[in-house]
Amino acid sequence: MTDLDELEAESIFILREAYRRFDNIAMLWSIGKDSNVMIRLAQKAFVGRIPFPCAHLDTGKEFPETYAFRDRYAKEWGLNLIADDCPPIEQVDQSLPPASRFAARKSLGLEQAIKNYQFDGIIAGIRRDEQATRAKERVFSPRSPYGAWDFKDQPPEFWGQYTVVKKPGVHVRVHPLLHWTEVDIWRYIEREDIPIVPLYFARDGKRFRSLGEEGITFPVDSSAATIPEIIAELEETRAPERAGRAMDHEAEASFEKLRQSGYM
Amino acid sequence: MSVSESQKKRPFPIVIVGHVDHGKSTLIGRLLFDTGSLPEGKVEEIKQVSEKRGQTFEWAFLMDALQVERDQGVTVDASHIWFKSKKRPYVIIDAPGHRAFITNMITGAASAEAAIIVVDAEQGICEQTRHHSYLLRFLGFKKILVTVNKMDKIGWDGDKFDALVYDLNEYFSDLGLPLTGIVPISARHGDNIAKKSEKSGWYDGKTLIKAVDDIPRSSQSAGGPFRLPVQDIYKRGDERIIAGRIENGRLKVGDKIRVAPTGEEASIVQFKSWPENAAEISAVAGKSVAVTLDRDLFIDRGHILHLAADKALHSSHRLLVQLYWFGKAPLKEGQNLQLRLGQQETIATIEEIRRSFDIQSLTYGQESELPQHGMGEVVLRCRNRLAFDLASELAETSRGVLLDNDRIAGAVTISESLALADQTVQANITRVKDTVTGLERAEVFGHRGGVLWMTGLSGAGKSTLSMAVQRRLFERGYHVYVLDGDNVRHGLTRDLGFSAKDRSENIRRVAEAAKLIADSGAVVLAAFISPYRADRTMARDIIGEDFREIHVSADISVCEERDPKGLYAKARAGEIEKFTGVSDVYEEPLDADLEIDTGKEDIQTSVDHLISFVQNTYAIDRRKAKSSG
Repeated sequence: MTDLDELEAESIFILREAYRRFDNIAMLWSIGKDSNVMIRLAQKAFVGRIPFPCAHLDTGKEFPETYAFRDRYAKEWGLNLIADDCPPIEQVDQSLPPASRFAARKSLGLEQAIKNYQFDGIIAGIRRDEQATRAKERVFSPRSPYGAWDFKDQPPEFWGQYTVVKKPGVHVRVHPLLHWTEVDIWRYIEREDIPIVPLYFARDGKRFRSLGEEGITFPVDSSAATIPEIIAELEETRAPERAGRAMDHEAEASFEKLRQSGYM
Repeated sequence: MSVSESQKKRPFPIVIVGHVDHGKSTLIGRLLFDTGSLPEGKVEEIKQVSEKRGQTFEWAFLMDALQVERDQGVTVDASHIWFKSKKRPYVIIDAPGHRAFITNMITGAASAEAAIIVVDAEQGICEQTRHHSYLLRFLGFKKILVTVNKMDKIGWDGDKFDALVYDLNEYFSDLGLPLTGIVPISARHGDNIAKKSEKSGWYDGKTLIKAVDDIPRSSQSAGGPFRLPVQDIYKRGDERIIAGRIENGRLKVGDKIRVAPTGEEASIVQFKSWPENAAEISAVAGKSVAVTLDRDLFIDRGHILHLAADKALHSSHRLLVQLYWFGKAPLKEGQNLQLRLGQQETIATIEEIRRSFDIQSLTYGQESELPQHGMGEVVLRCRNRLAFDLASELAETSRGVLLDNDRIAGAVTISESLALADQTVQANITRVKDTVTGLERAEVFGHRGGVLWMTGLSGAGKSTLSMAVQRRLFERGYHVYVLDGDNVRHGLTRDLGFSAKDRSENIRRVAEAAKLIADSGAVVLAAFISPYRADRTMARDIIGEDFREIHVSADISVCEERDPKGLYAKARAGEIEKFTGVSDVYEEPLDADLEIDTGKEDIQTSVDHLISFVQNTYAIDRRKAKSSG
């Protein structure tokens, strides 16, 4: 098996454990590159038919290309799509800096979905190498009723045995891509020919390396217009993947704060 | 990109462990610096800050500074630090100095390929060196490098180093853990990290980075016996797809497999894949697969497929295990915990703590309980029969975890399969000085005795199912009997009503009666609403380990619609007081041994499930039969 085969097998194992262990699980589909990889892995895990809903936490502020992509592939892949509107920005913790407040609408959207649909498991496509606080995550990560994360007292996780908590109000975040890196994602997209939003490819010297919403995500300088060029670019760069995400850089600890209060 | 090239791009995961202050953080700082993995100007910046504070620069400050940036002010947990050597990228899975170090180290180490143990040249092997090393062994590590740090403190004395090498080799050979190498370094001064130091002219080995670079990446072996633990079954039309990850060996289309512990056999028809054009005809260890069989067998999560030609897996209710405990409260005999062995799950009782193990002296003791981070040899008595390998045979299918209140609190590896406890059947027989043993009865009937406790709402189908199963088993030569709720109330318990207290006494008498019939060698189907958990637990305690709780679980709306005896109608009309499901509670089983939903599946399917359950549960343990005969 190649390294991509091994990554794939591990993620499929995690997805199957999650589906079997929870009564009511959903996958977050941000429509970004990582979550499209996750969709492909779920199609493989469940032999073509994803047996749970895929939720897009819609702020109404995605790029037009993103919406076009969502509508096309939700249909083509036969997804059970949930795309409810996130609560308005007025309901967000007003002490957060502006871009973080924007992002925090997604946390509220998730909270709302968990409440409305009674989800006890949420599959999210975060990776350890993206961001330092995500590096501390477990594959199965239990959350309190408000989505909060107690990173100082996490249960151990080894030998493919994950923590499953079934208590009212508690949900568990499941992270099947935790052990992947950014370059792995691109190599897998190339190998499996997975469609992605065209904004990832350079146009006029700029491309999106990490895709969020309009107004708080910005393209980076790049001439990489094909997947092999993107892979080659990533081999060289020392700039972090989320450099174009305003909410990560507003204030010290702002992303940490977002995550502790329930952000993905 | 070729496979070997792509493998080079994947970070090689390592853990760095060792006693506090032996230099883990300094070493990590130095590895980052010497491999050019730090942002430009970072070291100068920290040197200036140290000078301003009047401190001498320490590499650990660099780590602190990076941690603060990386972690934005929060305490470090199992964090990941990336660096690249000339040969390949690395990720250090690290949790320096944290009080939850062991928990995080186990989590991190479980996904690491290799470990570096840092030992102070002056202090040698210390308490945590021993503790961490033992855990690495317990987790099954094979690639371990020791680095002797702070060589400058002993003046790069080659004789002293040799003496320490002697101690280290002796200790690790006692531990049964071969070392990949021992490298003398000074992390603070950068000696023998990336470059050979001229201070150690007597040392002709590798630098630390070279030694780490030379550790091969392991690939899962396709050799040895095939094992596929079942994760789940997916139904697609008439097709039943068995999903799981191959833990060892290789499987191909056409292979004849056997299911443990049921013993049923079938052949592999197809590997199901998606997209469909990518269908495979064989798969090796590590691969997550989905297969179909040529026959419809009763297969469930936790069962293990192996090749019919291979020796069967071990199968027992009792296991002798090596146990590492990290629960906060000490582990005691008699305690009930949840055991997970791969995908198998059961309640396990700590039957006996045979001996404790002192990780420091590597000797056994006789402690009657295991404290947090204690280790011991323990007998587990499980509610369900489990299928497994021994740790001496195969790692992946011989290890598991214990959970206390949903939290992983212990790790076990199985060293022996033990015969069923002599306590229940045999102890009882000696008590009445019976002239026929339980085993002799079992040999005559072809099965052991036991009680299937069928609980569920009125109208769920307990009696109907029990009667149908009795008929089928009887025709197969089983000694079988149904104890039915309505029938016993005409005699054995006719003096009792339906108050909670009377219901409880009803269950007590019935459980005692069921136990007597089971002791005579029969399989008893006891069909009782038995709405309260406490009463069912009492029945389980009376009957012992051959008790199985079967939840006949049709939805109340289904039961009410059936209403075979017109009771729901009466209860709704207020003519019956305390009617379960209407005016009295039904406490659903939390961990039934089997759940049968008669609202969702037809009676024939339910009967089939129960029949194979009885066959598996009350089969004779042949090994024990021989050893006692």
